[in-house]
Amino acid sequence: MTPLLHVNSVAKRYGAHIGCLDVSFDLYPGEVMGIVGESGSGKSTLLNCLAGHLEPDEGQVVFDTRQNGPQDTVTMSEPERRLLSRTDWAFVHQHARDGLRMSVSAGGNIGERLMAVGDRHYGRIRAAAVDWLDRVEIAEDRVDDRPTAFSGGMQQRLQIARNLVTGPRLVFMDEPTGGLDVSVQARLLDLLRGLVREMGLSAIIVTHDLAVVRLLADRLMVMKSGHVVETGLTDQVLDDPQHAYTQLLVSSVLQV
Amino acid sequence: MSDYNFAYLDEQTKRMIRRAILKGLAIPGYQVPFASREMPMPYGWGTGGVQVSAAVLTPEDCFKVIDQGADDTTNAVSIRKFFERTAGVATTEETEKASIIQTRHRIPEAALREDQILVYQVPIPEPLRFLEPRETETRKMHALEEYGLMHVKLYEDISQHGAIATSYAYPVKVEGRYVMDPSPIPKFDNPKMEMAAIQLFGAGREQRIYAVPPHTRVVSLDFEDYPFEAAKADHACDLCAAEDSYLDEVILDDAGGRMFVCSDTDYCRSRRDAGHVGRLGEVAA
Repeated sequence: MTPLLHVNSVAKRYGAHIGCLDVSFDLYPGEVMGIVGESGSGKSTLLNCLAGHLEPDEGQVVFDTRQNGPQDTVTMSEPERRLLSRTDWAFVHQHARDGLRMSVSAGGNIGERLMAVGDRHYGRIRAAAVDWLDRVEIAEDRVDDRPTAFSGGMQQRLQIARNLVTGPRLVFMDEPTGGLDVSVQARLLDLLRGLVREMGLSAIIVTHDLAVVRLLADRLMVMKSGHVVETGLTDQVLDDPQHAYTQLLVSSVLQV
Repeated sequence: MSDYNFAYLDEQTKRMIRRAILKGLAIPGYQVPFASREMPMPYGWGTGGVQVSAAVLTPEDCFKVIDQGADDTTNAVSIRKFFERTAGVATTEETEKASIIQTRHRIPEAALREDQILVYQVPIPEPLRFLEPRETETRKMHALEEYGLMHVKLYEDISQHGAIATSYAYPVKVEGRYVMDPSPIPKFDNPKMEMAAIQLFGAGREQRIYAVPPHTRVVSLDFEDYPFEAAKADHACDLCAAEDSYLDEVILDDAGGRMFVCSDTDYCRSRRDAGHVGRLGEVAA
């Protein structure tokens, strides 16, 4: 089976400072990978390199496109990359405000990607928006409200709906549960797990919350100072951490 | 004449503006940056249109200025006087006789010919501006033809008002490529943009010039199930009885009295001269 995403020794430097160094992995269709590590360990830099928001200094990010098979997204032309990022890719920001248009209604937010790929039928776009609001557990009558009128958890769910409406195959998530209270987190994780299973999505989730990866991720990558220090199946890494930093990370989780 | 160079601007500046105009004509709908000059009028009064007019005027031209269709409003009168004084060109109020027509917010009702030029005053040339505030991003969107966002605005209209409520500055796609702001003309005028005359657009404060060559395809954006409609007030002109012209509503008293008149004053007058009389009109002597 060809991997959906093949990452080969990706590196990004900010001057003399290291963003991330020598990261390689394969992500197969339907697989969810978690990236954990402390603040400043290069998780977000890596995610942005993979999603095409940053240009890596070295390495290849090969994505298995629908039309042309595996293509290096680093060297591909910008129009192609932007097309990918609004069709086959989705990016869920930590802060919903970064990923939503706050001055546009919920329905418009969900419909934007559909209109961006050429849908010009209002009735169909509207129906898709209502359908997706329902799938992320937002009441249908909120479809014409602006995201500013939504709670933080609803904004985050709206952002997810907006991203998944075009049926992407790969979802990048940057701390999707950050800044939400625990009960809302639990609902969001439940929802995400359901959607990932139902749509057969592949996902890369950056987080510092081990509970999130325990619940969602099949595989885990632990980063420290820009390097990958440990990889493996999630349960294996969390239950039997090998690297000193991973041991520290696992033991620092508060037990209630 | 006066001590001004012909049509106020110096020759180097006119050359620079003509280059921008030619580039604009070569790439219909593309916004060409140009080094807009300070003009002796405030921004928002047509500094862009005036600079474009100055660059295309020749001493043989006959110049007409309209503001909201009217020849006799402040903006139109002052710009007409400006060129009478600085260029000494002939001016007219008749659409037929003019070779260059500078306009704010209207296209004349009479069909324009191939030997005429229509110059628009544009406040905000970027149709995507209110949805995407970053200039770097909107330029990229134009370059890559990513116009989905424009439909988000129309979607919002329908979801809020039940119909596309945008009634002026209605976005158009030019020759199947660039999405363009037609300046704040009523959408009633949009279908007229496929015309025989050259259309030039000047935005002074925003420093952009764009153009639509003669007989270019100009399509108003819409949805399949909510097609574009060129709307006007559902009345006939009360002075000349025209049913095909764009109308202004004039409040007559505080008891609900109102009348509708052609916004194109020249069109209305020529019809009255030809003997047409509306509901409140007087028979020409």
